[in-house]
Amino acid sequence: MLEARDLACLRGERAVFAGLSFQLGAEGALLLVGANGAGKSTLLRLLAGLLRPAAGELLWDGEDALADRAAHAARLRYLSHQDALKPALTARENLLLFARLWGGDVDTALAALDLLPLAELPARVLSSGQKRRLALARLALAPAPLWLLDEPTVGLDAASVERLGLLLARHRAAGGMVLAATHLPLPLPGAGELRL
Amino acid sequence: MTPADARAGEALPAAARRAFPARSPFGAWLALLGRELRLALRHPADTLAAVMFFVLVAALFPFGVGPAPETLARLAPGALLAAALLAALLPLDRMFGADAEDGTLDQLLLSGLGPSAVAAAKAAAHWLTTGLPLLLATPVAAAMLNLPVEAWPAAMAALGLAAGFLSLLGTAGAALTLGARRGGVLLPLLVLPLAIPAVIFGAAGIEAAAAGLEARPYLLLLSALLAAALPLAPLAAGAALRTE
Repeated sequence: MLEARDLACLRGERAVFAGLSFQLGAEGALLLVGANGAGKSTLLRLLAGLLRPAAGELLWDGEDALADRAAHAARLRYLSHQDALKPALTARENLLLFARLWGGDVDTALAALDLLPLAELPARVLSSGQKRRLALARLALAPAPLWLLDEPTVGLDAASVERLGLLLARHRAAGGMVLAATHLPLPLPGAGELRL
Repeated sequence: MTPADARAGEALPAAARRAFPARSPFGAWLALLGRELRLALRHPADTLAAVMFFVLVAALFPFGVGPAPETLARLAPGALLAAALLAALLPLDRMFGADAEDGTLDQLLLSGLGPSAVAAAKAAAHWLTTGLPLLLATPVAAAMLNLPVEAWPAAMAALGLAAGFLSLLGTAGAALTLGARRGGVLLPLLVLPLAIPAVIFGAAGIEAAAAGLEARPYLLLLSALLAAALPLAPLAAGAALRTE
């Protein structure tokens, strides 16, 4: 279980958010909504352990989650705003490193996002929606209990959103949790909403 | 299984633990190194630029000091070292910059490898894609500087070791200047002063070999520098990446 208590984050001298508390249990999903600049992406980076909170604490099963950042990193997948793809590598090669790190089969992950026909193309020639799908394919490699998704459906067509919905449903059915920042409707039935 | 894996495993239900097979950290590190090398192969221009820069700087000396063979041979050891270190600096400012811009750095920091291991892989890749080609180009530059052929093996050894030292220092410098405005200018100012010992011992070694003396003591001192930087520089770079 993930629990945030009175989290606050400063950027420069300005408080992005403060006094933020929420809980998320197994199979839970939480949508982060709010205007541009409300701190949705900052909160996700903080939850991933890439930023330190200025105040408050983040608990995983009742223990400080950020005390051991390597252990925290091992239990999450973070999909950032950027797709983290190397233009010179093919779609398959882009996934290969993460398959070696986390386990999982590259072909299965590519198939989950219908990317097999594009597997041997360099990422440089993919469209922005296809790049987003390739970034999402990292989620399909190996299970991790916590998914942090920053605008996962930007640039996706309806069929791809449906495929992402399948992935999300499978992840939650296995006890996984999802936190997603979004402006668009996401296929996450029963998700709570956190307004920043 | 590393201790970090074990701790992560305890916090998870049994089903999830089975879904997290333990991976060898060294295998993961090699996978990252392999990816860096593959990327360098797809962008050979970076490596070529460094090698061409090295050869051209060495070629400038005869024009500057005149073609007198003795003068050139006297200058050759220091000129070789200085040219090689400057050339090895060229690809450093994009070492972490490209990864930070496209989001790859975040993924690497969350990959479970640890920031120091990521930095060590970057340093190793820098040596293999810049230091090693420079070492192979040494005979060309040495010939232009009229370095006696007997000293070529010592020159290659000294350049290889000095480039390794610079790869490590440069990785720490690149991590520290990541995100700084004009980081590309800051980086040489930070790294080159620290590389002075490598120039001193490397040039002394080549000079000794050219004079028919033993180059080994100098090369061993150079190796000692490398051995000291090997654990320290990745730790410093890792700490800098973490607080970015």
